[in-house]
Amino acid sequence: MLLNIDNLRVTFDTPDGEVNAVNGVSFQLDQRETLAIVGESGSGKSQTAFAMMGLLARNGKASGQVNFDGTDLLKLSPRQLNKVRSDQIGMIFQDPMTSLNPYIRISDQMAEVLTLHKGMSKKDALRDSIRMLDAVKIPDAANRIRSYPHEFSGGMRQRIMIAMSLLCRPRLLIADEPTTALDVTVQAQIMQLLADIRDDFGTAIILITHDLGVVAGFCDRTLVLYGGQIMEDGPTDPTFADPTHPYTRGLLRAVPRLDRTDDELLTIAGEPPDMSRLPQGCPFSARCDYVRNVCPNIPPELRTFDGNRRRACHVSREEVTA
Amino acid sequence: MPAYSSDAERLIEVGHLAEVQGRSLWADARTRFVRNKAAMAGLFLLFVVAAFALFGQFIAQYERDTIDFTLIGANMRQGVPSIETGHYFGTDASGRDLFARVVQGTQISLMVGIIGALVAVIVGTLYGAIAGYAGGRTDDIMMRIVDVLMSIPFMFVLILMLVIFGRSIFMLFLGIGLISWLDMARIARGQTLTIKNKEFVEVAHATGVAPFKIILKHIVPNLLGIVIVYATLLVPNMIIFESFISFLGLGVQEPNTSLGALISEGASNMAYGVLWQLYFPLIFFVLTIFAFFFVGDGLRDALDPKDR
Amino acid sequence: MTDPILSLRDLSVTFDIRPRGAWPWTKSLTLHAVSEMSFDLKPGECLGVVGESGSGKSTLARAIVGTVPSTSGQINFEGANLADMTPRQRRIHRRDVQMIFQDPLAALNPRMTVGEIIAEPLVTHEPGLGRADRKARVQEMMKRVGLLPNLINRYPHEFSGGQCQRIGIARALILRPKLLICDEPVSALDVSVQAQVVNLLRELQRDMGLSMIFIAHDLSVVKHISDRIVVMYLGRQMETASAEVITTRPEHPYTQALIASVPIPDPELERKRPRATLDGELPSPISPPSGCVFRTRCPKARPSCAEAVPPMIQTAPGHRVACPYHEAEDLLAASA
Repeated sequence: MLLNIDNLRVTFDTPDGEVNAVNGVSFQLDQRETLAIVGESGSGKSQTAFAMMGLLARNGKASGQVNFDGTDLLKLSPRQLNKVRSDQIGMIFQDPMTSLNPYIRISDQMAEVLTLHKGMSKKDALRDSIRMLDAVKIPDAANRIRSYPHEFSGGMRQRIMIAMSLLCRPRLLIADEPTTALDVTVQAQIMQLLADIRDDFGTAIILITHDLGVVAGFCDRTLVLYGGQIMEDGPTDPTFADPTHPYTRGLLRAVPRLDRTDDELLTIAGEPPDMSRLPQGCPFSARCDYVRNVCPNIPPELRTFDGNRRRACHVSREEVTA
Repeated sequence: MPAYSSDAERLIEVGHLAEVQGRSLWADARTRFVRNKAAMAGLFLLFVVAAFALFGQFIAQYERDTIDFTLIGANMRQGVPSIETGHYFGTDASGRDLFARVVQGTQISLMVGIIGALVAVIVGTLYGAIAGYAGGRTDDIMMRIVDVLMSIPFMFVLILMLVIFGRSIFMLFLGIGLISWLDMARIARGQTLTIKNKEFVEVAHATGVAPFKIILKHIVPNLLGIVIVYATLLVPNMIIFESFISFLGLGVQEPNTSLGALISEGASNMAYGVLWQLYFPLIFFVLTIFAFFFVGDGLRDALDPKDR
Repeated sequence: MTDPILSLRDLSVTFDIRPRGAWPWTKSLTLHAVSEMSFDLKPGECLGVVGESGSGKSTLARAIVGTVPSTSGQINFEGANLADMTPRQRRIHRRDVQMIFQDPLAALNPRMTVGEIIAEPLVTHEPGLGRADRKARVQEMMKRVGLLPNLINRYPHEFSGGQCQRIGIARALILRPKLLICDEPVSALDVSVQAQVVNLLRELQRDMGLSMIFIAHDLSVVKHISDRIVVMYLGRQMETASAEVITTRPEHPYTQALIASVPIPDPELERKRPRATLDGELPSPISPPSGCVFRTRCPKARPSCAEAVPPMIQTAPGHRVACPYHEAEDLLAASA
């Protein structure tokens, strides 16, 4: 097992009171596994990743355990964490420009990672960087590596980000909405690239996204978050074919599909939750069609079923899927 | 499956509720401002200074221009600040009541500051908003005019004006009014350029709202936050500016006075041991400036859009 | 056949771009945002416009609404050419054409209450209306789009994204316009809320007999709401057909690539689908490729494609394609 997250909680101290972004999330990730964390805005999907990486905003606090290869990342000093982050875990963000320095050439930014963390000579570092840019299919990499970030298009920048995050051959790659800012044809290119990387390098990947379509074609396992809690978790195929949580079902029906002609999209009534005013019990209870008296008051337990699937709902599976 | 239920139906179920009063951005800013202790202290101080300027003359025992000839020459002993004689702040070199004169000086200084800021707010904001909204050639011409005006050494021109046309409060106001709006116009224009590209302005334009109405209803209200902050920081600058002119002896004409003129007099009499002539106007001057800066800082924190 | 409510004829929009730091006398560059667009919109019809970023679809919307001047061509709205009108003449027509924007919060003035925002078109076009009447109209409209009428005095920042978009819709519809242009109205919203807004728009379109142009990059959403779809690439029209035909039997290589790229939330289907991704990048709209603009990325490109802009060819009733080498292909066959 590569990663074991146990009862992860993230709270933010804001002027309007304490906001609970992640409330007791637990999951495991194997080597070479591809996991999707799916959720809408405010579901806590990005904060889960940020907490793992020690990248929370200053007013945020994480508790619980994040065991990466046997070490609890939450207990490491910033310095040790930095080492793990650069050597073993890569991260890609929605906007590549947030992590690329606009004033420094790509060559210097990439080579610096290698000289600093791997102690390579400048020449070797540059050669490795070019090889990596080739791997992410940047045309004419040997020449273009001397360019500045703004000289590339959005899709190319995302490729560069991926190349940079792979430089140290990480065992885990966290991709936070990597294609949200890109056009569909470019998105298809990038997802194809990520799939190739998974196959070539054997990297485990956590894909954080709101796009169920992207998940369907790419991930082994899908974890659905709502209001900072896991609603449903399991292998992608059965989860999509036979969702057992009212939220997952609602979400899958609300997405318009190219291959279907429905007259009316089924909707989930209401609005995404206000994280500073979550109910005591199930966060989805306010919008759920199956809501019962217990739901807003007592949090549902995350129970395992069918061997490797989990769901958190007071209503029985039979009733929801009927 | 009861998955789809129209929101309209839900609303009808809820029925008519009382109208809810919204919380405007201004109200939000007010709460933030009230929470800021330094700013509230500054505001309180400003009220005290303003009250002193407005009502001080009713407490004063003497007219500001009555010369007490018995005191001339004996200032150091008999003109000392004291409650008994009624000269609370003592007397000046000519034997006039310093309390009454500080009251008037504060009045003039506040007025100069506030009028300067008002001109800046009204003229500068509108000028900048129009230039920014119109864009293109109009914008170019309007802003080049500002550039030209700014490049004139105003202190020098003002001093010349005061020398040629004679010293008067009117001249001083005219001079301050002429320069104060230039910076404001630039700031307002810069802001307008960003607001102009916001979608709500485009919506209004697409609906057919007339350009001047767009400026007044959509652009200016969104400029005001920055304008107010800048204006409160501009007031002390204006006061300092006036004081400097008066310190040079070119500002307000006798028997009227301003804080700058009083400080100048006090400073020149320091050697004779009548330090109160410097202290009292200086204290009021410093308090006013500080209070304005604190309030301005508080407003900036309260209105800063980055907070949201 | 009924007359179209809107018909574009060879509409082009170009912008003059001045490179930064250039001398005042250097010639400015021309950016071709929209080139020779022609289509008709029938009353009560919903036309979808699909394209990636840089395809000129937003500029097209703005040219029709009149916030961006057109360079050449005609915008015939109910028989009158809007492109020729002076701003003053055009103002009268503005009440009939309204628009909804992508970013729901940015489209609402933060200093105005919801009531003031929704009432603004009324104040502009029906100044004779009394205060009470106006308020009644606003509250009726709020109810219509699923907002509680008692929230009339609230400010935009107190609403969620979905509610803000409802406010935008109420504002656009209060004058009962004939044509509604939606520019990416749901792409900033969460999936669950997106479906609510799409359904609301469909319902309103049907009830009010609106003609609608629905612009989006997400083909699945556009297909769901539109009767007919126009596919744009680099400012030009590539293909036009009914929503059904475009998604099941696309003929233009670009439309085919677009459809192949749209992910479908069905793992089994996704694995089976052919994955022919487009190579390369969108060319610069300042110097678009000669001839067919898509040829630099087209899998079927031949030397002749560079010679002339391919005309729109009618391949079936209501189906027009700007490619001489068109060929129908069902990319969703696996699902059938």
